[in-house]
Amino acid sequence: MSLLRVSDIGVSFGGVVAVAGVSFNAEAGEILSIIGPNGAGKTTLFNLVTGIYSASKGEVLLDNYPLGRLQPHELARRGMARTFQNLQIFFRMTAIENVMVGRHMAEKTGLLSDLLGLPGVARQNRASRAAALACLERVGLAEYADKPAAGLPYGVLKRLEIARALACEPKILLLDEPAAGCNPVETEALEHLIASIARDGTAVVLIEHDMKLVMKISDRVLVLAQGAVLAEGPPRAVRDNPKVIAAYLGDHGAKEADRAGR
Amino acid sequence: MRAFFSSRWTTLGFLALLMLVTPILAPSSFYLRVAAQVWVFSLAALGLTILTGYAGQISLGHAGFFGIGAYAVAIGPEKFGLHPLAALAAGPVIAGLVAYVVGRPILRLKGYYLAIATLGFGFIVALILQSEVAWTGGPDGMRVAKLALAGWKVSGAANWYWISAGFLLLGAYVALTLDASPTGRALRALHDSEVAAAGAGVDVARLKLTAFVLSSLFAATAGGLLGLMNNLVTPEIASFMHSVELIAMVIIGGLGSVIGAVLGAAFLILLPQVLTAFQDYDQAVLGFLIMVFMILLPDGIAPSLRKLFAERWP
Repeated sequence: MSLLRVSDIGVSFGGVVAVAGVSFNAEAGEILSIIGPNGAGKTTLFNLVTGIYSASKGEVLLDNYPLGRLQPHELARRGMARTFQNLQIFFRMTAIENVMVGRHMAEKTGLLSDLLGLPGVARQNRASRAAALACLERVGLAEYADKPAAGLPYGVLKRLEIARALACEPKILLLDEPAAGCNPVETEALEHLIASIARDGTAVVLIEHDMKLVMKISDRVLVLAQGAVLAEGPPRAVRDNPKVIAAYLGDHGAKEADRAGR
Repeated sequence: MRAFFSSRWTTLGFLALLMLVTPILAPSSFYLRVAAQVWVFSLAALGLTILTGYAGQISLGHAGFFGIGAYAVAIGPEKFGLHPLAALAAGPVIAGLVAYVVGRPILRLKGYYLAIATLGFGFIVALILQSEVAWTGGPDGMRVAKLALAGWKVSGAANWYWISAGFLLLGAYVALTLDASPTGRALRALHDSEVAAAGAGVDVARLKLTAFVLSSLFAATAGGLLGLMNNLVTPEIASFMHSVELIAMVIIGGLGSVIGAVLGAAFLILLPQVLTAFQDYDQAVLGFLIMVFMILLPDGIAPSLRKLFAERWP
């Protein structure tokens, strides 16, 4: 049984169908990439799966549990974490505090002890800080721990979001364009990071435009076009699929590519 | 140096020092009365430090909770025979319940819309205090019985100075402790990004409500102290002007800063006393000074000063 099962999910905004009945599965320890031309509905699909939009049809099951009416924070408690295409950083905090928020679900102190500063709070803060630091180390940002997030460069903030998501100890991690704006060195570091996350048994679903990265790390690739699944399969098969090439380059471009390939 | 400035004990120590030094520098009962007002308003403003400064939710009706606390110490002893201390405790309980009931629907709103909804709440409280003459004495207000503890009548500027200072110190401790706790981090997280906070498992709706109820407890406690201190309450205490004043205090002092709430309260209470020299134009001069302060110290007094110190002694 798959960890995540998305079946026939769809939504439309004001008569425009953004996602029209998409189905896919994701397994523990697997890297699934979702690709597609701009406007194909990738981020909308993410927002449906993570409960930010409510789907007008279809179903999402995580560990056989239907996520349909759950609030975003309840999804997080069921083991789903994500990063955002347009960064969602807590800019008034330091880097490590950002990641410590990711430990929220593991934090045990109650409101009363937080208000009165009972001894458990200091202990909890130390534990959260240690766990957050480990996550920062994992994404290679330990040196930035006590820097205010507001001053950090874009590439660092992208990894900071991943560290925060990892702090949630998710079963499934959804990454929305993690390599966007990264230089080749950063992208390579990202590649190793994503691979290591999957090796630990976490399902990784990523939206990505960097085809080199997608082809290298994905176990499976799902191609979206105009809100529907165009193709699905191993990276190589998807890359050579004429329908996929046509969707990216247009019919004319596809013929050109075909001719050049011969 | 940075660790020193960010420690809550430094802030509490500074505040305690301020409280100890003030009676030495300004020993007359007039000054102590004004200073006690500063402490009481600071306490109310601290609630907004939590709600607006930490959690990023605005309330333009907070004087409503202030008023509930004040009228509790007036109505409780007179109509229900409550001991003034019990009435002082009852105010925050009632305010907290009201905040819970009112907060659930209106905290779904964001930004300007939340501002207007809370404004409406403040108007309702002020109106009830004005018009329920049988209970509240109407526009003339009510006398508040003096607080007596085991035969000792608590009155006089010096007594109330120390009582209000004690309450403020306690409130400041709670606000600072909360800031450095898991709940405080979650509050500041939802201020910056609700989706990211929810994505980390933070129950955003519940936490906003928690902040709203907490802030109402601060305001109502302050209102009760003010009522007992002045031995008089009038509906004016719940007026829109006071709500705006409370918000202005936390913004002028520095949004989210505990010491800022105190400095902001001091600014808005002490200045009008000084500006009476301008007679008819005192309000205009006050307005002008607020503008100048906000232009020169856009982050508010406390954060701007902290930045200055940090640059000087890194």
